[in-house]
Order: sequence, then C-alpha cells, then structure tokens
Amino acid sequence: MTVFIIRRLMQTAIVLVVMSMIVFVGVFAIGDPTAILISADSDMIERERAIAALGLDKPLWEQYLYFVGGAFRGDLGKSFVFNMPALQLILQRLPATLELAFAALVIAIFVGVPLGMYAGYRPESPVSKAIMAGSILGFSLPTFWVGLMMIMVFAVQLGWLPSTGRGHTATVFGVTTSLVTPDGLAHVLLPAVNLALLKLSLVCRLARAGMRENMLMDYVKFARAKGLTARRVVMVHVFKNILIPLVTVTGLELGNLIAFSVVTETVFAWPGMGKLIIDSINNLDRPVIVAYLLVTVSMFVFINLAVDILYSVLDPRVRLSEAKG
Amino acid sequence: MSDPTLLVEDLRTAFYTKAGVIRAVDGVSFQVGRGKILGLVGESGSGKSVTGFSIMGLVDPPGRIDGGRILFQGRNIVGLPEPEMRALRGSRLAMIFQDPMMTLNPVLRIDTQMIEAVKAHHPEVSDAEARARARDTLGQVGIPSPDERLKSYPHQFSGGMRQRVAIATALLNKPDLIIADEPTTALDVTIQGQILFEVQKLARQTGTALIWITHDLSVVASLADEVCVMYAGRVVEQGSVDDVLDHPTHPYTEGLLRSVPSANPRGQPLRQIPGMTPSLLRLPPGCAFRQRCERASAVCATAPEITVPVPGRRVRCFHPILATVPA
Repeated sequence: MTVFIIRRLMQTAIVLVVMSMIVFVGVFAIGDPTAILISADSDMIERERAIAALGLDKPLWEQYLYFVGGAFRGDLGKSFVFNMPALQLILQRLPATLELAFAALVIAIFVGVPLGMYAGYRPESPVSKAIMAGSILGFSLPTFWVGLMMIMVFAVQLGWLPSTGRGHTATVFGVTTSLVTPDGLAHVLLPAVNLALLKLSLVCRLARAGMRENMLMDYVKFARAKGLTARRVVMVHVFKNILIPLVTVTGLELGNLIAFSVVTETVFAWPGMGKLIIDSINNLDRPVIVAYLLVTVSMFVFINLAVDILYSVLDPRVRLSEAKG
Repeated sequence: MSDPTLLVEDLRTAFYTKAGVIRAVDGVSFQVGRGKILGLVGESGSGKSVTGFSIMGLVDPPGRIDGGRILFQGRNIVGLPEPEMRALRGSRLAMIFQDPMMTLNPVLRIDTQMIEAVKAHHPEVSDAEARARARDTLGQVGIPSPDERLKSYPHQFSGGMRQRVAIATALLNKPDLIIADEPTTALDVTIQGQILFEVQKLARQTGTALIWITHDLSVVASLADEVCVMYAGRVVEQGSVDDVLDHPTHPYTEGLLRSVPSANPRGQPLRQIPGMTPSLLRLPPGCAFRQRCERASAVCATAPEITVPVPGRRVRCFHPILATVPA
C-alpha cells in the first residue's frame, strides 16, 4: 500500500514537470503577452522596464528554470494582470468551484444512480424508456443552452431562483461555504443542476448497464433461490457490484467537473476558477495558467488515488500491492 | 404411502421470444419421494434446467409456466403469489447451480451470504445464532476451519470449496427438496466423487428429496434411485436407474449409453448419436428424435404417447427396444 502510494506520487511529479514545460512552450507559441499587457502609447523605455519586471526579457529556458526554482519555494509566480501571486488568486476562487462541483456531483449521483437502477431493473417499462430518452437529451444538449434556458424559466419567468453569482457564505468546521445558508443554496441550485446534467446522464446510463448486466448473473439467481426479497437482491447484491464501475467513473468525472466547469461558471457568473482560467488565457497570463493547471493536475491525481483506494475497499479481489506501475 | 415430496404433472414452460415460442418444457411428469434421488438426464437444451427453475418459481420473462401442476408436499405451487413462493424458496426448496465460480456474490463475504439466507426465513434468529448455524453447515459439507472461512470472500476459495459453500447455503434451512443443476460438472473428478458421496449421505440422513440434473450418466448411475431422460423438452424414458441404464428401451437412451467412452472397445472410433439436437424453435412434428433415430418409421411423424412396456418403466416411443429387457 505504502509502496503503491509512493510510486503514484513519483509518477505525479513527472507529470507535473512535463505539463509545466508544455504550457511554457505553448503559451510562448501562442503570442506575446506584452502586446496585451502594455498600453500601445507607452514609449520604448517604459516598455523594456515592464518586460524586464515580468522577467520576459530572458530566454524561455531561463524563465522556466526561474519558475522551477520558485515552485520549490511554493511560489508559482505573480499574475501579469492582477500583480498578485497566481496561487493565491486561484486558491481564492477554488472554494466556489469546489462547492459547485461537489453540489453537481451529489445531484448526479443521488438522482442518476436510482434512475439508472430503476431503468435497468424494469427495462421494458415506459418510465424506464422515458428515463433513457431523457439521458440522451442530457448528453446531447449543449450545457450553455440548457443553462440559459434554466435562467429564462426559473429566474426570469417564474422568478423562483436567482440567476447569477454566489449567495451568502457561512463557516462550518473551518470551511467557508454557501451550501449551508438558504440564500447560498438558492444560488447554487441552478448552476449545480446545469453542471450535473451531463454527469447525471452518464451515471444513469452506467447504472442501468450495470444493473442489466448483473441481473443476469448466476449470483443473482442464487440469491433469489435462497429466498431473499427482490429488494435485498437489488439493494445489497447487485448494488455493491454496480458500485465498482460507478466509483471509478465518478472519481474521474469529479476531476472533470472541477476543471471544466468553465461554461457553467460563465453562464451563471459563478466566481470560480473556470472564469479565471478563461480570462487568463485571453490575456496570456502565463503564471495563472501554469498555476491553475498544476493545481488541477494535482487534484486529478489525488482523486484518482482516492478512487483506487476506495476500489480496493469495494472489491475484495483488488489488492493494491499487486498493482504494478 | 404418504404424498411424495414433489409431484410434477404435465409441466409446460415456454419462452415467448421475438423469434417465436420456445417450448422448453413440454409436458413433463415425474415424482420424487422423501430421501430419494431423481436423476434428470439430457443433452444441453433438453429442458432439464428449465424444469428445475420452474419448480423453484424462477422462470423469468419472456418465459412462463403455461400448464401442468407442481405439487410440493401435496400443494400446487404453480402460480403461487411471489411472497408465498419466496417463503418456500431457500427454506423448503433449495437449488444448487452449475458454476460455483459464478453463484456466490464476489463482493460479499461468505458469512454475509449465509447469514442472510437464514434470516430471510427466520428473522427472529439472532446474528450469532445464524452464524453458528452457517459454521456448523460448512463443517458438515467438509470445509475445514469453518469459523475462519466464514470471514473469507468467494475468490479466496477453490472451485470445489465454493461449490461446498453453495451446497451448505442450500442446506442451511434444512430444505425438503434440493434441485442440483449440474453442480459437479465444473469440478474435477475426485472433488466430484467427494461431493456426490456427501450429498447422497445427507439426503439419506435427513430425508431430503433430491433432483440431480446432469448430462453425465456415470453420475446418475452412482447416485440416483430413479432417472428421467429428457429430450427436446419431453421425458422420453423414465424408470429405476439400474433398469434404465442396463436395459434402455428408448433409442435415445440407448444412444446416450453407447456414446459413453468406456462402453466402446479401445481403439475404435467413439460411437455417437448422428445429427444434432433440433432447435426448439423449429421442432418437427411427431417424435423430436426421429431424424436421428435408426428405428424411426412413418408412424413417428405423429407424436408418440407415454407407454409402459414393462412395469415401472415409462417410455415415449413407437419402437421401444424390448429384446434385451427381462420380462
């Protein structure tokens, strides 16, 4: 187990190094941030001073080494635009994105899994067919359009829920979140449902497939032959087997939700990381882009690790010590 | 004489698929008494397993029982409401399946899977008592150190051991009838021998009736009291094991016996029944075996009825082989 985790962390370090190199070269190739950052009417001396202040006068490899040196001291550079540490900028926005992603994931799981299990248990019923048709819509309708429609209906016409921003926050167990205040919940509901829709469809279809596959297994027939109730067969025997693929996919999707909530955050003006990264890419604000990606990749790795550990808890046949490489 | 434990009369189970109606079990009748073992023999697709599932009430759509009676201890259990059927299943009626690698839930511990079988029928029993019963039953089927083994997961057992666990699970509530659907087919011969021996002993000791579904005639020969030979959903021959195996009267039974390798002279090509089992979707009218039968004649195009050529023997054939049968 320990060996497994150490090996995983070493792989992570390699991924982070390679990724930061790619981002450096990539942003360098896209364009010159100074053209955006420095006003056109400034003279040559001001220009050169500004470029030197950002460290952009040095060759790219030197800039990179400088960045790596800083990274080891926990300094990921200063944002060109906001003139404050990039990491701090991101960590300010992180809680809002995390809580949105968390709310979306909870909705996706607690709605998607039961719907999918029902659709798999009674594949011929009209309700199941409606669920499956709905999941196709969930997959194929563009997120931004659904978001706009939700604002139109629930915020503009019905006036039930607020359309933009994050509500009041409160601090519980040292975590500041809007998920515990009524106003905060009202604000998070629309964007969370919007963000959840695609994952909900995915989880639902996955649960259905697992259900249908497992219901045909001999162990289900044997469990029924023991005289167990249909409820126990489904809720204990089949459910525990379905959980294994669900946990894997959900873990990966959580990373996705965090990293790519960009569209939803833009539509609902949610003050999270997604909005920040879009602005930073537009401004070629390299330190923020690099810091954002480093944070996101680390989160992905951490979630995957958690999934692998959870996997071995759920499936007794998996032993982490045997998982090589 | 009291009622037999199980009396099946003219059982018909069919599957209504898009491709057509498959009559998997088509008018099957037999009975099993207390402590008796009935061998149900036939090739793949002959309807043996479906017969077993019909008795257990485990035929799933598109299949359903559309005729006949299954009298279990004198009570017809065909069409019994699910709650009552569930109360019988695993308690009075138990079933063991063919593939021990697949019948135990891979993600639940053995104790969970055994204790739930006890508590499904006896909710008043405490967990500790149910566990004690599970442990004793595991010991009974020959699993060493059952206390520790209860805490294991199925993948930590070998195939033979898993089948013992499955058998122990079936025995937990001391059922009156056990249906064993080829439970030793996936096991090697020595394990098979041990399990057969123990099951036979249990049936004799506890008075449990046993239906042993198999395609292996040597298993039937050593285990069963009576045998039913099934072909294409029908019973073609029925009688006591010694009589049927020594003096088969149905050409199909004879063909089966002749294809057993040890019955053939060494070095000679093995004798087999020509042709293949017909598809149940396109069953020819008349005797389903006639296209593979060397004794078939024009009359075989009409369905043969059950006849009793000698006392204690029932056969479904116009041309039974009677020459060798002692009167």
